[in-house]
Amino acid sequence: MLQCLAAGASLLLTRPAIATPDELAAALRETFGDRAIKRGRMRLEVPRLAENGNVVPATVSVESPMTEQDYVRSIHLFAEKNHLPRILEVRLGPHNGRAVVTSRIRMAASQQVMAVAEMSDGTLWSAAADIEVTVSSCT
Amino acid sequence: MTSRIGPARVRMPASAKRGEVIEIRTLIQHPMESGFRLDNTGKEIARHIVESFDCTYNGREIFRAKLHPAVSTNPFFTFFAVAAESGDLVFTWKDDQGGVATVTQSLVVNT
Repeated sequence: MLQCLAAGASLLLTRPAIATPDELAAALRETFGDRAIKRGRMRLEVPRLAENGNVVPATVSVESPMTEQDYVRSIHLFAEKNHLPRILEVRLGPHNGRAVVTSRIRMAASQQVMAVAEMSDGTLWSAAADIEVTVSSCT
Repeated sequence: MTSRIGPARVRMPASAKRGEVIEIRTLIQHPMESGFRLDNTGKEIARHIVESFDCTYNGREIFRAKLHPAVSTNPFFTFFAVAAESGDLVFTWKDDQGGVATVTQSLVVNT
């Protein structure tokens, strides 16, 4: 049986078992600087209860006309309690027509997942969702 | 060591009307070894993940993803594209051990 690298696995390990809200804040600051991130204009669809933390479907949809003048430039997904807060970053543009992206992600524990969208005018919008995980993933 | 990457699959319509928004679904077989797992002897299993995935449409990039270890085994993506003109969509996955997989799909755009 494979084991997760976790607290107590080895006293010699310096890497923390899970990210902390501070690490999430640091990742957000590193990515977006001190720019304001507002709630709204987007949806993050994930199951409320995920039996298997290894495969959690996630869909992000942003309200945007996706025209040359007004489009979504990028979408970022973060998890507050994974080893690493960053999950996925996607670059989009007007040629996508719809700002909707689906993938499958891993959850190391029950936690909040956060999505941030950067618009072509530079504004940042976010959505968050809580996921309860029955079997955790080593990530 | 040869990297275990692919095969990859892309599902999208073969034809569309000009201006139509089409759905593109992609899947690649890849272990996405997170680097946070231990083997039977308690040794860390080295990270081996797909780091980037992109799609170009007649040479122009229309989608790019940067993946971290929290993307599931066999990375799956669904996204959209505006059918602008007939041509090729090229999908490329690259992993952190030099593995590369490419799929090309043609799209016929009717006016």
